[in-house]
Amino acid sequence: MTATVRARADLRPDLQHIADMIAPNSRALDIGCGDGALLEYLVHAKQCDGRGVELSQTGVHACVSHGLSVIQGDADTDLEHYPDQAFDYVVLSQTLQATRQPHVVLSHLVRIGRHAIVSITNVGYWRTRLSLLIQGRMPIVGAPDHRWYDSPNIHLCTTRDFLDLCKELDFVVERGLSIDRRGSARQVTMIDRLANLRDEQGIFMLSRAKR
Amino acid sequence: MPLLSTDSLPGHRVTFGADQPLKLDSGITLAPYTIAYQTYGRLNEQRSNAILVCHALTGDQFVAETHPVTGRPGWWEAVVGPGKLIDTDRFFVICANVIGGCMGTTGPREINPATGKVFGTKFPVITIGDMVRAQARLLDHLGIEQLFCVIGGSMGGMQALEWASKFPKRVFAAVPIACATYHSAQNIAFHEVGRQAIMADPNWCSGNYIARGKNPTKGLAVARMAAHITYLSEAALTRKFGRRLQDRDMVTYGFDADFEVESYLRHQGITFVERFDANSYLYITRAMDYFDMEAEHGTVAKAFADTSVRFCVISFTSDWLFPTSESREIVHALNAAGANVSFVEIATDKGHDAFLLDEPEFHKTLGGFLDGCCEHRGLPRR
Repeated sequence: MTATVRARADLRPDLQHIADMIAPNSRALDIGCGDGALLEYLVHAKQCDGRGVELSQTGVHACVSHGLSVIQGDADTDLEHYPDQAFDYVVLSQTLQATRQPHVVLSHLVRIGRHAIVSITNVGYWRTRLSLLIQGRMPIVGAPDHRWYDSPNIHLCTTRDFLDLCKELDFVVERGLSIDRRGSARQVTMIDRLANLRDEQGIFMLSRAKR
Repeated sequence: MPLLSTDSLPGHRVTFGADQPLKLDSGITLAPYTIAYQTYGRLNEQRSNAILVCHALTGDQFVAETHPVTGRPGWWEAVVGPGKLIDTDRFFVICANVIGGCMGTTGPREINPATGKVFGTKFPVITIGDMVRAQARLLDHLGIEQLFCVIGGSMGGMQALEWASKFPKRVFAAVPIACATYHSAQNIAFHEVGRQAIMADPNWCSGNYIARGKNPTKGLAVARMAAHITYLSEAALTRKFGRRLQDRDMVTYGFDADFEVESYLRHQGITFVERFDANSYLYITRAMDYFDMEAEHGTVAKAFADTSVRFCVISFTSDWLFPTSESREIVHALNAAGANVSFVEIATDKGHDAFLLDEPEFHKTLGGFLDGCCEHRGLPRR
């Protein structure tokens, strides 16, 4: 059994955009790291000191048995133990919507990391809006194998909702990327209403406001 | 029946003389003392491939070979051996009988050189810290500056934690399995039941049974039976035995071992006393009871401040002796210390003893962790 370095092309496009935001040789914590695809890339291709947190046992097993430093844990309960500014980057990709208290989790991210990188699925995406309008059924967002009643995604939001929360929590939005269906990215700003309609995903780099 | 003498046991011994005393946590100095140990595989030229396996309460140094007393397979042959996870073709594996033990290392059944008599309860109370300090001396003797890995389950896991805390520069990676940074009230309570069972046996003779030619086997067997229940789980007991009767079709309306589970426990008790010393049981259970890293360091995180050790913490869902919550506390403390830590909880119904058994998910995780560490340490992978 050998851990093969996943080729750049193998990374999911949203993860590749996140990876591109992370400086080589930095310390990174990936929360909700799944099978460790991003983490493995960061460790091997960017020589990062990478750590992970993952809820599912299969995910953790996949990571640890590939030699990645990952703990079985929960974004809602296991972040408070990390010291302030312990990492250069804390990544939360496609996980925020599954947390019980997204605002608390986000506050921990910017506390633990100098930069927090959060990716969300935008419920304001026009296809999602249209599907609700036309079909009159709850759109299944970010969890295609689930139905509305068993989806892990309990706190979905739109890009606009997310940016409003960041403002409320007094975060600095250092960068924003809006990702369309084909995976290509555009820079977005706080006031970009079009991105909220046009693009399926958003990736944001946040930090704690300087006091 | 007295235990067989340890003189005839196979394996290595090293004796540290009066010039190298062991300062114990109790304040008492132990000298001379002997460590009985086994090694498997070869130390490489860089001396970088040594793995120290720490045994649990009733384990010993015969980790990967037929046990010289019981004739049964070594206690961790599922994991340690040629081509196994802890591959003795690649690693130099060391396992030492702990201080206070009864398989050749200095303990209560050995002769006190000061008096020429068996130590018995005159042996000083020892701690997990003392065990680890003695092992460090053994490594000095073997010329090993840094271990590639220290690994152990249960009390062995406590030793792995203690190693990483007290000798961080001498440990590259640590794997504490099914353990905790302290012994819980419930665990101390179970140990006390075991100790009282031993001391209530008239053959214990206030600890002087060896001089009197006796052995408190009844008390020790009861201690083992009670403890053994805590190593399993209700689900495992139900699966293995249920309410099935032992070699009979109906209950006998008496106190014979009607149920399979009774017969099994009695067997566990009887076979245990053939290989274990009752006083050693008292001392080693005490060492576990005293273990408390928070009490020693203020916070557990301080015990691992700025550590460079790579940790892999492993727990088992059905372990109620060292439940996952206690492993999670280790992980939280290590996170707070900024340590490099992996943590996996393995789903199994086999209870605490799962770490000794063939648990594929556990082995996969452990193998992956060791592979990753080999890569970082420049050692060959599987």
